Amino acid sequence: MNILVCISKAPDTTSKITFKDSNKTFNEDGVQFIVNPYDEWYALVRGLELKEAQGGKVTIISVGGSDYEPILRKALAIGADEAVRIDASPIDSDQVAGEISGYAKTQAFDLILCGKETIDYNGSNVGGMIAAHLNIPFISNASKLDVNVTNAHIERDMQGGTEVLEAATPAVISCAKGMAEQRIPNMRGIMAARSKPLNVLPSFGASSNTEIVSFTLPADKGSVKLIDPENAEELINLLHTEAKVI
Amino acid sequence: MNVLVFADNTNGTIAKAAFEAVSYGAKIASDTGGSGSIVTFGNTNSDSLNELASYGLTDIRVMPSLTNMDPMQIGSLVEAAANETGADLIIFSHDYTGKSVAPIAAAKLNAGMVSGVLDYPSTNDDFTVKKGVFSGKAFAEVKINSDKKVISLFPNSIAKTKGNAEANLIEFNAEVGAPSVIIKEFKSKGGDGILLTEAELVVSAGRGLKGPENWGMIDELAKELGAATACSRPVADIGWRPHHEHVGQTGIAIRPNLYIAAGISGAIQHLAGVNGSKVIVVINTDPEAPFFKAADYGIVGDAFEVVPKLVNAVKAFKANQA
Repeated sequence: MNILVCISKAPDTTSKITFKDSNKTFNEDGVQFIVNPYDEWYALVRGLELKEAQGGKVTIISVGGSDYEPILRKALAIGADEAVRIDASPIDSDQVAGEISGYAKTQAFDLILCGKETIDYNGSNVGGMIAAHLNIPFISNASKLDVNVTNAHIERDMQGGTEVLEAATPAVISCAKGMAEQRIPNMRGIMAARSKPLNVLPSFGASSNTEIVSFTLPADKGSVKLIDPENAEELINLLHTEAKVI
Repeated sequence: MNVLVFADNTNGTIAKAAFEAVSYGAKIASDTGGSGSIVTFGNTNSDSLNELASYGLTDIRVMPSLTNMDPMQIGSLVEAAANETGADLIIFSHDYTGKSVAPIAAAKLNAGMVSGVLDYPSTNDDFTVKKGVFSGKAFAEVKINSDKKVISLFPNSIAKTKGNAEANLIEFNAEVGAPSVIIKEFKSKGGDGILLTEAELVVSAGRGLKGPENWGMIDELAKELGAATACSRPVADIGWRPHHEHVGQTGIAIRPNLYIAAGISGAIQHLAGVNGSKVIVVINTDPEAPFFKAADYGIVGDAFEVVPKLVNAVKAFKANQA
């Protein structure tokens, strides 16, 4: 089975978020970058499990500059066979999806896996856009995935429950919690990753349709109003008369 | 600006988030002097369509033969409806269905897309909307440059306006191609039907509750308030609570009117998922718990004593209101 896993880099979940250039640019100073958790924990690891069970190859792909290479090496250390970096500086998910689709059209993947969203721009757009460009099925927020020859068996999270479904491969699947367990790369994996192929390809010419004009941080909360635990009933009163939420 | 709203439904019951999307779309159509319409699918009924119309858009296109949430087919349905109505702006809800279909529709229509929109577009000449980024730690103003635009509206972000109107039902049979998925089964989560992602009130708890057997009082408080229940990540990871209740940076992000957190310290990753809540109440034994800094109201105390008192207080409050 030939599997493509889309990898994004994201600030570590404990990062303090600040901006520069009059709030037009994310300030990367001092920020530790990680593989986007949904891409790593669920999409990549499930891809590796399927390959280990059935044979095949796992290719990882990112659209970005050379700053992406440590992230791709980490994903190779976890077990991916080879990496592709499309050398471009995408500014929105249209552009990322366009580039990845451009590459996927030149290959023959049975599965294209991505995380359900990135933890920086929280778009959850790329998977569906790739599927539309390639005209293949898209299943979002999948919490289980098995593949039997040319049929993918999937469970996806929906409003009010979980849906069990099948789709013919090739298909694009966005992966959520439940799909797999996080893998910590071992020393052998880290050593092997250094010699695995990381191919840098020129842009496929995809363009963007949106741009971020500015960032803001949430307004500071005023100080907390403390209520005596002996008089907890007062809270319900305040929620009604003061906060007006009940 | 001509507006098209996609309204999701489950066996004919329209999602609450769709009422907000219609209200939002109706305001933009009216402010800009454009037309507005709705597209949906499956076995709808006139009562729920009339309710949908009462939020401000009456022309409702329905494709009755399309009964599954097949993302490719619904993407094609929305594309066809957008072309027929000349829509410049296509609005989805940022829920599971929206996350599935909106990017497909955007790619098919070659439209720029912003997901998880929190407010009305700015009133200057550009089309700029606000969305949450960095998992709730910041906001971005995003400009859509393409002629056609797709947005998905974060549930519970705008006040909806209800009037009186009757739906003008238009049967709409678009060419949507063969099914891309085969639906086998739907496993309902059960419960009282208040969806966490759409809930206005949420009661949440964490490790401070010491064990899954102690959730009865949380469920009871939620039931008395008419709230959904949620939990922190550690509690979902060790299996005390189901994963779909996990709110936070790697769980789901919510924006209820009221978020009550008992026995949750308020790690930065948890705050990311809930700091869009309008009012936050924190109950924790540790006065130094970081969550108090993000809270509007706080009770430094033991959840095992405080929560049952709140249950009784809500009961008394409801008796007084009745």
